[in-house]
Amino acid sequence: MRILKGSKLTMKFGGLKAVNSVDFHLDNGEILSLIGPNGAGKTTLFNLLTGIYTPTEGNIYMDEKDITGSKPYSIASMGITRTFQNIRLFSDMSVEDNIMMGLHSRIGAPFLGSIIPTPSSIKANRFAKERLDWVLNYLGLYSLRKEKAKNLPYGLQRRLEIGRAIAPEPEVLLLDEPAAGMNPQETNELMGLIHDLRNKGITILLIEHDMKLVMGISDRVMVLNYGEKIADGKPEEVKQNPEVIKAYLG
Amino acid sequence: MFFDQLINSLTLGSTYALIALGYTMVYGILQLINFAHGEIYMTGAFIGLIMVSYFHLPFYIAFIIAMAGSAALGVCVEKIAYKPLRESPRLTLLISAIGMSIFLQNSALIIAGPAARPFSKNIDYSSFTIGSIHISMLQITIIAVSILMMLGLHFLIMRTKIGKAMRATSYDQSAAKLMGIDIDNVISATFALGSALGAAAGVLIGLYFNSVDPMMGAMPGLKGFIAAVVGGIGNIPGAVLGGLLLGGAEVFGTIYLSSYKDAIAFTLLIVILLLKPSGLMGSTVREKV
Amino acid sequence: MSGYYSQIIIITGINILLAMGLNLITGYTGQLSLGHATFMGIGAYTSSLLTKAGLPFYISLLAGVLIASLFGLAIGMPTLRLRGDYLAIATLGFGEIVRTFLNNLSITGGPNGIRAIPLKTDLTTVIILTAVCFYLLYRLQSSRLGKVMRAIGQDEIASEATGVNSSYYKIMAFVIGAGLAGMAGGLYAHYFRYINPANFTFNKSIEILCMVVLGGLGNPFGPVVGGVIISILPEALRNISPVVSQYRMVLYGVILIVMMIIRPQGILGGNGLFINANRKGNFKIFRSVKGAVKNADS
Repeated sequence: MRILKGSKLTMKFGGLKAVNSVDFHLDNGEILSLIGPNGAGKTTLFNLLTGIYTPTEGNIYMDEKDITGSKPYSIASMGITRTFQNIRLFSDMSVEDNIMMGLHSRIGAPFLGSIIPTPSSIKANRFAKERLDWVLNYLGLYSLRKEKAKNLPYGLQRRLEIGRAIAPEPEVLLLDEPAAGMNPQETNELMGLIHDLRNKGITILLIEHDMKLVMGISDRVMVLNYGEKIADGKPEEVKQNPEVIKAYLG
Repeated sequence: MFFDQLINSLTLGSTYALIALGYTMVYGILQLINFAHGEIYMTGAFIGLIMVSYFHLPFYIAFIIAMAGSAALGVCVEKIAYKPLRESPRLTLLISAIGMSIFLQNSALIIAGPAARPFSKNIDYSSFTIGSIHISMLQITIIAVSILMMLGLHFLIMRTKIGKAMRATSYDQSAAKLMGIDIDNVISATFALGSALGAAAGVLIGLYFNSVDPMMGAMPGLKGFIAAVVGGIGNIPGAVLGGLLLGGAEVFGTIYLSSYKDAIAFTLLIVILLLKPSGLMGSTVREKV
Repeated sequence: MSGYYSQIIIITGINILLAMGLNLITGYTGQLSLGHATFMGIGAYTSSLLTKAGLPFYISLLAGVLIASLFGLAIGMPTLRLRGDYLAIATLGFGEIVRTFLNNLSITGGPNGIRAIPLKTDLTTVIILTAVCFYLLYRLQSSRLGKVMRAIGQDEIASEATGVNSSYYKIMAFVIGAGLAGMAGGLYAHYFRYINPANFTFNKSIEILCMVVLGGLGNPFGPVVGGVIISILPEALRNISPVVSQYRMVLYGVILIVMMIIRPQGILGGNGLFINANRKGNFKIFRSVKGAVKNADS
């Protein structure tokens, strides 16, 4: 079943077409990797899917519903969350507050409930506490929960950002270069984590340069080059595709 | 009548343009609204006044000294209040700039007192009448000097080495640094130039209204900034266009709404910011995600 | 208590109310507003006109709060699209526009303002209102809502990606902050019994900014500390020399510059919104001295 679909997506910046008429789809429960040389338009496609940019042309559908032009926050509430290429944590807030922020799309922050305890705010707080503890334990961050995000080592910051994204139990998780700057051991742990998240029912789309990771966990690989889709298929097929080899080797 | 007002617009507009150039140049390089620019304009007028009234220097020498003095002040302001904050968030820098503006304005208020002083008794008020248009010698001087300054600035930025360095720095500061450009020098030069232009405007306006006072920089300072935004901040021709437009809007607007003069500029600003935040000649800059 | 001391406490309370509102707008959601005194003026004029028309004080005070909030909404909505420095200028412009109208409309008495406003503000009222507002705002700031506002100030794009409708919360901060300023204005008008447009200028906005910067942007207690210092300072200076109070604005300028360079997080330490993570030491001189010492050791 198609959970997310983009048809003929185009994004122009001035004269440059960062993404050019790309057809894209994501099936329920799969891990899809988006690869391509630098500047191929991968992150731009992410930004289109998460509403940071509105496509110049083309449409985006979630569960067959047209969501083109939706704002980032409403896309998050629909169950599509993401991480960023350059980690964007709330660096001066604690680990647990960062994860709490991730829960915003589920529980909001109503004005009245913030000043006095209301039945709904009590219920929301209980739910938030449960999710928070679950995420902290799941990612092994429990002992660091009071630490400021900026004081975490790089690998744990990446992990925390994933924690913030999975806190609201999203349907689709978009990871932008999650293994960037990680050592082989951390990358292995990350692969395990991504697998496990998929087994928990989250559909995953990731941008990654680490080919070992991509080939190891992807159900499907899509290749972009100069803003155009040049291949889409099983990892082994894509690896053999002459156009892909050409794009990577020049 | 219409043409008279047009001349008035040009006169006022060209001084706004001179002020706007200072804002735009600094913004182009530091992405900072140099709030203290209005006070540098005021200081320029005071230096000019002192040179003419107390030292009895000829006008054009006083004019040059005012520009040089303000340029030095501008460079000092940068070194004291902005340079230590170069790596800081933009709002931190902006608050420091506001502090500098308040400091200079009120220091002048304490030193010179709030009263306005006449610039000089010997101002040439002679005027011509061409057809039905009246134009004074003073207006011709102001417009001519402004045009001369703008052409000079254009030459400096497009043809000289420091101008090239400025353009490179405003395009990409870290790349410019890697190419061996001394960023500190470029920033000092930018402040010096912008401040000199501001001082020129200050002296010209001091002459035009024959009045100099410590608060005179507050409004024109803001209006110069508005002119820069209207034209597209960071864009030099835009600053000139913005200045002239604002001058026109004020002069013609005042005919109908005399007591709401200051509100005109701010309304124009808010309208431009909402409709085309990048200004008339500016290009849209996207935040990188 | 003697009139002199009760006056100082009343001024302090009013200033704390003003600073609390600006702290929410600037210290939390990261929007630099340079028109905060304008909201105070709107509250002052609204409540004064209503009391003079015969309405009970608390009703007109509430009306002042609501009208000021409404203006907060009106300025907050269109200017939301503006970031950082542009917003600062737009709020400044808004202040100037309102001042021009206050100076020209007949209902506001033009430059002469409004005289003979009934004396309604007393020490108890100010203390109770300030304490209650502080408590409510403190609860709000330490709740999830406060964290959301703080997150918006730190990284708006990341906030939106977690499902935060940042515009909504930014406007909310403006509305609450403006309302508090409106209340401060109402209390001010009914204490000094005379208001005119010159009470609510850019300089007053800067004074409020100074309080927040001094106390610590984004710290819930910052406005109290900053408000007390800025309110007592001129009195303390006046006791040293009558001339010194003239230097107040000069001092504000110095405070803003020096605080930004040496301690942008304020006395109490704020939320890190205004500090650059890359800066190690606070002062370049200290840093190079430290470096020299280190080099001498090795």
